[in-house]
Amino acid sequence: MPSVLFYLFAAITLLFGVGVVVARNPVASALSLVCSFTGLAALFISLDAYFIGTLQILVYAGAVMVLFLFIIMLLDIKAVEGRPTNYATAVGGLLLAVLFTIQIAMVLGGFKEGRIALADQPLKMEATASKATLNTIKDELAEGTLPDAKLMGFTLFDKYPFQLQVVGLLLLAGTVGVVVLSKRDRKEEVS
Amino acid sequence: MITLNDYLMVAGILFAIGLAGVVVRRNIIVIYMCLEMMLSAANLTLVAFSRFHLVDGAPDYAAQSLVFFTITVAAAEVAVGLAIIVALFRAKQSVDVESVTKLQG
Repeated sequence: MPSVLFYLFAAITLLFGVGVVVARNPVASALSLVCSFTGLAALFISLDAYFIGTLQILVYAGAVMVLFLFIIMLLDIKAVEGRPTNYATAVGGLLLAVLFTIQIAMVLGGFKEGRIALADQPLKMEATASKATLNTIKDELAEGTLPDAKLMGFTLFDKYPFQLQVVGLLLLAGTVGVVVLSKRDRKEEVS
Repeated sequence: MITLNDYLMVAGILFAIGLAGVVVRRNIIVIYMCLEMMLSAANLTLVAFSRFHLVDGAPDYAAQSLVFFTITVAAAEVAVGLAIIVALFRAKQSVDVESVTKLQG
């Protein structure tokens, strides 16, 4: 990926990220976060993680953020906005973010292993193809394309099938929990 | 040239923005969005490390599996968290963190 695109999508991710924190209206925050996540998905795709990038758009920018917008509209929380900003906390938060960024920059400055470029680390399709056990993966690798979703699925079901089941159970528990939490009590409604 | 450090820096700054948001904002929903941002920043570091640590010439899919699980857990967490926020709003008629001070000494 050309460096220009990296800087463009990094800028989209970070500027809309700032927008989430700065925006007064929660709806504006949510829409900023959608844009930020889209930029992040582009960064994932630039790292050859096509499946994760797609997942980021579908699950985060799609499902999760729609849920957020739904709740914002359901609660109709315009009334709580318009309070004056507390400048002490604002300065404190800004200071925290700047300090954290400086710390990360200093750590990365001494991280010599991190100075490798994407071009120095090309994907070796033949090496992967020789290790692949499934024909469909092998064929695509032989054609020179990375079957990202297939490799991802193979890893998930070959190496982590138990964890996948646990996550499924977690989602079920989450669904049941949401229903229980948002169910209005019958007695409460009568009184 | 774009290096691993560039990606890690972007992830670090995104995490810092999310952290600042959690500290500064008082609207619980916005705090929640900032938490999601921090989770995504962690995902970006995982994917970056996975791409730069080649296993048999392909990205390290163990790391991307971890990202997959993180996204799933985050989705479940958002659903439950928002249900709690709705319950809180019913009880307090507000989503301001300063309206929830019952545990304050």
